[in-house]
Amino acid sequence: MPLVDTLCERLTAREPVAVIGGNTKSFLAGRLTDEPVSMRDHAGIVNYEPTELVLTAKSGTTLHEIESCLRDARQMLPFEPPRLGESSTIGGVMASGLSGPRRMHLGSARDCVLGVRLINGLGQHLKFGGEVMKNVAGYDLSRVSVGAFGTLGVLTEISVKVLPIPEKEQTQKLECSQAEALETLIRIGRRPYPVSAASWINQALYIRLSGAASGVESAAAEIGGEVLNAADQFWSELRDISAQEFKSPGRWLWRISVAPSTPTDALDAFCFDWAGGQRWITAPPNDYSPFERASRLGGHAICFDRHRGVGTGMQPLEPEILRLNRRVKEAMDPHGLINRGRLLEEATHANESC
Amino acid sequence: METGQLVAALAAGVQSERVLFREQDTAPYECDGLTMYKAKPKVVVLPETRDEVCHVLRTCKSLGVPVVARGAGTGLSGGALPHVDGVLLVMSKFSKILEIDEDARIARVEPGVRNLAISEAVSHLDLYYAPDPSSQIACSIGGNIAENSGGVHCLKYGLTVHNVLSVTIALDDGSIVTVGSDALDSPGYDLLALTIGSEGLLAVVLEITVRLLPKPEEMRVVMAAFDDVTKAGDSVGNIIAAGIIPAGLEMMDGPAVAAVEDFVKAGYPLDAEAMLLCEVDGTKAEVADELGRVEAILKESGATMLRIASNEEERLLFWKGRKSAFPAVGRISPDYYCMDGTIPRKHLSLVLRRMREMSERYGLRCANVFHAGDGNLHPLILFDANNPAEVKRAEGFGAEILELSVEVGGTITGEHGVGVEKINEMCVQFSSDELAQFHSMKAAFDPTGILNPGKAVPTLSRCAEFGKMHIHHGQMPHPELERF
Repeated sequence: MPLVDTLCERLTAREPVAVIGGNTKSFLAGRLTDEPVSMRDHAGIVNYEPTELVLTAKSGTTLHEIESCLRDARQMLPFEPPRLGESSTIGGVMASGLSGPRRMHLGSARDCVLGVRLINGLGQHLKFGGEVMKNVAGYDLSRVSVGAFGTLGVLTEISVKVLPIPEKEQTQKLECSQAEALETLIRIGRRPYPVSAASWINQALYIRLSGAASGVESAAAEIGGEVLNAADQFWSELRDISAQEFKSPGRWLWRISVAPSTPTDALDAFCFDWAGGQRWITAPPNDYSPFERASRLGGHAICFDRHRGVGTGMQPLEPEILRLNRRVKEAMDPHGLINRGRLLEEATHANESC
Repeated sequence: METGQLVAALAAGVQSERVLFREQDTAPYECDGLTMYKAKPKVVVLPETRDEVCHVLRTCKSLGVPVVARGAGTGLSGGALPHVDGVLLVMSKFSKILEIDEDARIARVEPGVRNLAISEAVSHLDLYYAPDPSSQIACSIGGNIAENSGGVHCLKYGLTVHNVLSVTIALDDGSIVTVGSDALDSPGYDLLALTIGSEGLLAVVLEITVRLLPKPEEMRVVMAAFDDVTKAGDSVGNIIAAGIIPAGLEMMDGPAVAAVEDFVKAGYPLDAEAMLLCEVDGTKAEVADELGRVEAILKESGATMLRIASNEEERLLFWKGRKSAFPAVGRISPDYYCMDGTIPRKHLSLVLRRMREMSERYGLRCANVFHAGDGNLHPLILFDANNPAEVKRAEGFGAEILELSVEVGGTITGEHGVGVEKINEMCVQFSSDELAQFHSMKAAFDPTGILNPGKAVPTLSRCAEFGKMHIHHGQMPHPELERF
């Protein structure tokens, strides 16, 4: 029996169901209670027409396959999702909702999703959104399912907005402190430069410019600094969270999401991305204080460590927001059958560990 | 429930001069921008504070009285159509811009602030708010949240959902919660995405934080005429295939061009079957580069005439024509009915051909305005509202266009919302299980269903009555229901 039918049947019979994609992000957002089924066999690009700027694929299709198909047509996923392993699937990309450096310019995974098919907790295979850029019929359940780690429904098919690969890309490297980098970006942010990524790491600010060659060159001349060689490798390592700086033995890696203009002294970040909106810190094992620190700054934290023992590693939710989250979960999966143990389930547990 | 009793309960928490119930006072609110549908609300409340909004919600919830929130009343789907037994919550007094943070490039505003007023307030900082629905001079940001409004620049800059960081909302029980934050994402489910475009069915918006963008250094627009609609449509695909995402890419057909030119004198080509406006923006160098490429592509695609606006004044005039398309059509017909389907662009010529057939069959003229870049089609059906038979035909024509949009893989509404207008067509686009899922999401926020009831999502029995249920796998859903 096809995988989708099996899952529908199991949910209809009120059996718990756990799903994963390529199993590359299982260390995030809690541990599954039940034995997971991989969606990898539910794969294939369903529809891709470059001039419509839309690609539709079954959720088990690998990110690798989608990106190489797009590259052939000189297009790309606008949000540069992290590639945490070869087996990463588009379903997992959307379920985790993670986005890479280009997010500050072209939007996040959630911004780029146009439609999904999913199996809800009643075992019904449903379709929301579609394959067009503008669609306001019904609640936006496709975007709500991005970043839900599969807890609102098993994603089976995803339609995503794609964009042309820019004609030219060039990265300017400006040596400066983190605080100076933020000041520079606040200034640059007021100008209409074609900035597609802005990150600070190892005492230098890196600004990637993308677009028409003339526009990139004129902006680069105004921004200054030196042209970075091997820029593709630099951005890939940042995108994939694989740069050497992210490996800090004996400490846990945390991602902090804050307003980009948040002062740098508020957090001891070793790196920021998204012009200051995404900051990376490390903390001793079992130290959950980043939750509290992020929350004081009006942001939130996610623990990225693979060895974390307890909790979901996700920011505990404010009571009112938690109440709404629970109700949304109940609306999609009234019997609480899908991906038990992930995202919401242990939120209170992690809170206690603070 | 007696009007007097409801008024007294509301006036216990809202100054009585802002609780309107006499017919002459409530009549101005009987419809929004979709004037085909009218209903007098039992009571109109114009709250000035959050406490007053919450009082109204708590009162209505305890009495089981429907609440319909209304912004500027410019909506085109009847989303703010009053409920005859309910309260119309008019948010126009929430009109303050609360904070502008130029470093963070955000603005915190109240829901009654007009869309354009935000851009005007930050213009001296060389910033602006990107989504620009054609009604931006009048429509409110609160209404934009309800409808997830787009605009002529949304292919490049996105819809409301892409340009809002957070909203503070009042729930059905009068509690207040902020979804989203000043950070680029928030923990838990994306309640912000759920709220935006929910047509006032989930919550009442009290405050919005929007992202501001730096004004482009330069904007240039090129106008192209075509003797064939298909060629014009193909030229759009050719521009995108060349890797260019224009800031704006708009198309109008011959009848729309004629109506606009007569009204605005924008210099539009009267002999064209279709006309395209393509805007590129960015730094001076970028714009010069892209403009040259766009021109070349349009020529290759068979444009019969090309004109680049020579200065800012002419650029604004070109756009004025496009943005005046609706009122211009309003001058050549007693009434018009604006549709809002979105289609995969490749089906444009098929859809236009089928619409011409429908136009003949229904005996009604139709002018087309098209957000060509993103496939959002606005056919304007011309009719006379004083002629009941024409009204019926216009509705039939419109419904058939929407069904055609779904048939070719599109949607019944790209940016205007479902409201009351397209509620039947929701039965065509969604299966009964999908509609049931929407209803349970509604119940998650508003279990007693007091917020804007009867809009946006049809009941299953309504769909059965409408007789055009979405057929899933060849099976009629809910075979137990009687059909007509």
